[in-house]
Amino acid sequence: MFMLSTFLTVALKGADVPTIAEETLDATLRFERVDKHFANGTTALTGLELSIAPGEFVAVVGPSGCGKSTLLRLASGLDTASGGTVHAPADSVGYVFQDPTLLPWRTVLANVELPAELTGAPKAERRERALDALRLVGLEGFEKQLPGQLSGGMRMRVSLARALMARPSLFLLDEPFGALDELTRLRMQEELQRIYAETGFAALFITHSVTEAVFLAGRVVVMSARPGRITASFDVPFPHPRPAELRYDPEFGRIAGEVSAALRGGFQ
Amino acid sequence: MSADITVTARTEEPVPATGVTRAAPSARARRRRVRPAALLTPLGSLGAAIGVWYAASYLLLSPDRRFLVPPPQQVLTVSFLDWTHLQPMLQALWLTAQVALVGLLIASVLGVTAAVLMSRARWLERSLYPYAVVLQTVPILAIVPLIGLWFGFGFTSRVVVCVLIALFPMIANTLFGIQSVDRAHHDLFTLQRASRWARLRKLELPAALPSVFTGLRTSSGLSVIGAIVGDMFFKQGEPGIGTLLDVYRSRLQSEDLFAAIILASLFGVAVFAVFTLVARLAVGSWHASADRP
Repeated sequence: MFMLSTFLTVALKGADVPTIAEETLDATLRFERVDKHFANGTTALTGLELSIAPGEFVAVVGPSGCGKSTLLRLASGLDTASGGTVHAPADSVGYVFQDPTLLPWRTVLANVELPAELTGAPKAERRERALDALRLVGLEGFEKQLPGQLSGGMRMRVSLARALMARPSLFLLDEPFGALDELTRLRMQEELQRIYAETGFAALFITHSVTEAVFLAGRVVVMSARPGRITASFDVPFPHPRPAELRYDPEFGRIAGEVSAALRGGFQ
Repeated sequence: MSADITVTARTEEPVPATGVTRAAPSARARRRRVRPAALLTPLGSLGAAIGVWYAASYLLLSPDRRFLVPPPQQVLTVSFLDWTHLQPMLQALWLTAQVALVGLLIASVLGVTAAVLMSRARWLERSLYPYAVVLQTVPILAIVPLIGLWFGFGFTSRVVVCVLIALFPMIANTLFGIQSVDRAHHDLFTLQRASRWARLRKLELPAALPSVFTGLRTSSGLSVIGAIVGDMFFKQGEPGIGTLLDVYRSRLQSEDLFAAIILASLFGVAVFAVFTLVARLAVGSWHASADRP
């Protein structure tokens, strides 16, 4: 049955379809020749092709202002494409913003519960799911605190827990650790990577940092400066969960070097 | 006990919950603790002010003109310590307080409602806000005769003056609060396809609360002024403190005049302090603005 439909798709679409048929059917998130122009005349993305398989962790690196964040806004439906199509799951999308964006008047628990509260989930159920999510990010015992009483790293954990509440099949992360200090940042990468290994969502992770991208992702994609296009793609073959020491592995260094070189090429 | 401390020291982020709860009240205590110096300076300036008062009474004025600035002890003995003088003042102050509070309540409800409406649609804001500004700039004394004609010369008109004078800060601050909501917070609600009502109730109004309280503090002070002005012009029924001020002036009862001014001022300060406290209780745990007087 599955084979047949694959065959049909290939036969119907013919040879001019650049994407592979299996990938087309399987993808959790897929951008097809996506353009994005803004009202002020700037072109953020042009002819962008990107496909993310279920359970795949893709990191996007690129210079500032190359339209990386636009990618996430399109994937989540916060913004619509000017051309092309974006195939994304209608719900069960988790979005982690650059800042924790917690509501300062709500406790940690109430913040994590918010998405479920807005979609009208029963109180007992959302309480249980929120406690689960907080356990997953290591914040047990902090339920009653207000965000203002937490450190930056802990606030980002709450933000992760809130996104995990949706039990996302797709996780969108917009430079979530960019504002954290180096030590906290490394620890958060390890945490996210552990959560990924435990829950197995598909992820699109935007970052400035090459080592962060290589450490987390199964595939690292390099974007060029405006207008944003994908210029290179690198597979990172290390299995998850990955130990922290992986960052000092020679093979890790080689891949990071290649990504860096491709990123530098994008500036010219 | 010592084991506890080693655990706290060794654990990096996240620290145990106890560590944070211990830290939180200390921040609050720091806010509440009153340093002696902080009390001494205003007391010192009060002393200086009384000194200037004495100097004005005894050095500046000849005995036959001393009624212009009666010395402090005379105000104390003639007015404050004489129940037959003090009692009508307190009664009048109570009435003025009622006018001010009713006016403030109406101005708050109207102001917040108007601001919420204006925040719903750009065209509503553009068509209503200019009139709110006009309301602020029209000299209240200019429309006093009109208010008298429409609402009579008693309690209702006094309240109307309060509302007119206290409305604008409520509208302006609430609107500012609602419009200053973080864009990322709006995105968060959009992602969950939140209804406009849920967005208003769970995001915009709570986020605007610190601004609303800022407006409330400003309006409470204005409302007291409005009530006293109202007293002076709308004298039907029981007298308010503003009515008495006018009576004392016309009868040259300067000790009573001074006492009534002091009472009215203390009342204004008390109202401001109460709303500062209310703001701190309501939003102080998560917003720093309530800390500043």
